[in-house]
Amino acid sequence: MSDRTRFGRFGGRYVPETLMAALDELQTVWLDLREDEGFLGELRARQATFIGRPTPLYHAERLTEHFGGATIHFKREDLCHTGAHKLNNALGQAVLARRMGKKRIIAETGAGQHGVATATVCARFGLPCTVYMGAEDMRRQEVNVRRMRMLGAEVRPVTSGTATLKDATSEAIRDWVTNVRDTHYIIGSVVGPAPYPEMVRELQRVIGDEARAQYLAAENTLPDTVVACVGGGSNSIGMFAGFVDDPGVELVGVEAGGHGVASGQHAAAAVGGQAGVLHGSFSYILQDRHGQVLPTHSIAAGLDYPGVGPEHAMLAELGRASYVAVNDDEAVAAFKLCTRLEGIMPALETSHALHHVGELAREMGPGARILLCFSGRGDKDMHTIESVSPTDMPVIGDPE
Amino acid sequence: MTLAARLKQDGLSLIPYLMAGHPDLDTTREVGRKLVNTGIAAIELGIPYSDPLADGPVIQRAGQRALDAGTTTEGCLEVAADIAAEQAAPVILMTYVNPVLAYGPERFARDAAEAGVAGVIIPDVPVEESADIARTITAAGLDTVFLVAPTSPDERIVAAATASTGFVYCVTVTGITGSRSALHPDVHGLLAKVRSHTDLPVAAGFGISSAEQVSLLREHADAAIVGSAIVNELDAGRDPGPLVRELLSACK
Repeated sequence: MSDRTRFGRFGGRYVPETLMAALDELQTVWLDLREDEGFLGELRARQATFIGRPTPLYHAERLTEHFGGATIHFKREDLCHTGAHKLNNALGQAVLARRMGKKRIIAETGAGQHGVATATVCARFGLPCTVYMGAEDMRRQEVNVRRMRMLGAEVRPVTSGTATLKDATSEAIRDWVTNVRDTHYIIGSVVGPAPYPEMVRELQRVIGDEARAQYLAAENTLPDTVVACVGGGSNSIGMFAGFVDDPGVELVGVEAGGHGVASGQHAAAAVGGQAGVLHGSFSYILQDRHGQVLPTHSIAAGLDYPGVGPEHAMLAELGRASYVAVNDDEAVAAFKLCTRLEGIMPALETSHALHHVGELAREMGPGARILLCFSGRGDKDMHTIESVSPTDMPVIGDPE
Repeated sequence: MTLAARLKQDGLSLIPYLMAGHPDLDTTREVGRKLVNTGIAAIELGIPYSDPLADGPVIQRAGQRALDAGTTTEGCLEVAADIAAEQAAPVILMTYVNPVLAYGPERFARDAAEAGVAGVIIPDVPVEESADIARTITAAGLDTVFLVAPTSPDERIVAAATASTGFVYCVTVTGITGSRSALHPDVHGLLAKVRSHTDLPVAAGFGISSAEQVSLLREHADAAIVGSAIVNELDAGRDPGPLVRELLSACK
């Protein structure tokens, strides 16, 4: 069993004993269900009619033209119901929780997208739902708090520590330790103790599997480079899963550089962290020399997390994927550029990856091919964007 | 005398918990030195960690205060050495895995042994993840204590009891640390089950805060571990001595 809990030397289950039996049960049920035609059939049907899958592959012609280099495509996860890839995972885990007979759902959320996705599936299935959210994030993502409450979820503010995603996750785990018998914890990313990182990847791999088939159908070839943003890393690992066995396809994860990795105010765990244990798994985390987890900063609440999923740590160590950091101001500029040129407003999380796509497109030049996981839409970030730069200001790279 | 032999002595004994560095290391040293001379069986000393998943709000806050005051693992080990130097009761360290990994497991085990520490509890290292770290700690001559919980099936209880030395830590609530109005409804059945799987002493902890709850454990456990209630006394600026004496008399 224990080799199933690891990605190379990363992963594992560093949790209180109280949860171990529940993780064993979850692993057993999951290993059965992932090959169960009834479960998979139900999931496919619900993905089609509830999420709106398959999401389209989109040729970003004007951005391609703007950068004057590689051809850029988006995998449009922003068009998923509720506005981001998060619903792929929440729906899958809710179907699983129902089959396990769990009566209550809990979740953590940072930007609120996973909280909204979880509140949405709980409304659909009539399950009581409690979402833990850092008090600071509740302020930053106030619209999503209202959405969750409208959907019937209880949003519990977390004020301990830095009052962001890290502390919300700790609090959700503590709730689970206390209510483990009847509660399922829908973790929002490829983090946490086994089997979560692997299970969430499998529920998100629909992104990469669809994108690969769509890209081949449209372009008769595969992209040279696949790019995605990485907080905990679920949209990226789902996207990478479709291409990891194609040795010619480069995989690039984009983390939050905040005010710059050198400033110490960032959330780039794969770029600037060391191996350690956070939230039940061994991976790269941001910590001081005493092993205390550090506060993070990113303008994108969904990337503002001091760890990264253990599979990313393995891919980084193997050199199969590379990781870079993009700063707050670069993400804001990319947000505006994409909104004006393509008429698609990206989430601030996605905007980090978009900035790097621009750099790569110039560097790789015409004839090269880049595919971006366009993980979410940016309506939720209007307040933040407006507060850092008024809308009537000229946009960096504005074609006018 | 080994930790196991000490806890196996007559009747129920008491293991109070202090968070090292809460509110500062000098207080921990002073309070710890007094407590070990009151007749307790052992003292548990917490090394603070930023994200303690097994702890409720009282110990979380105490840990945060300790970290805000600049408490480090090195400082905690110095205080552990000062308390152990009283030669009055064994010192058991309780911390999470990440500070141990950052300190270096071998260095941690060696320095803890040099400080005179008797054993180590790491609640986020279940038996499955323990191979390297437990071997390192026991190789330095320290006891490694694993936890069993109300949700642990028999095979997990056996595995934890087999892996433990010193004693087995039985979690008496399904949940995190902190005062509860009631212990697990079948706490006696749970303790009996754990005892049926091991000859080691069994200590009961999590949620035990009052003399009444301690007295419920007489004849069912070898030791009662009390943490949050003692941390609460320190939070209120009170000497935890009177509470510890009250809990001690409930053991008899």
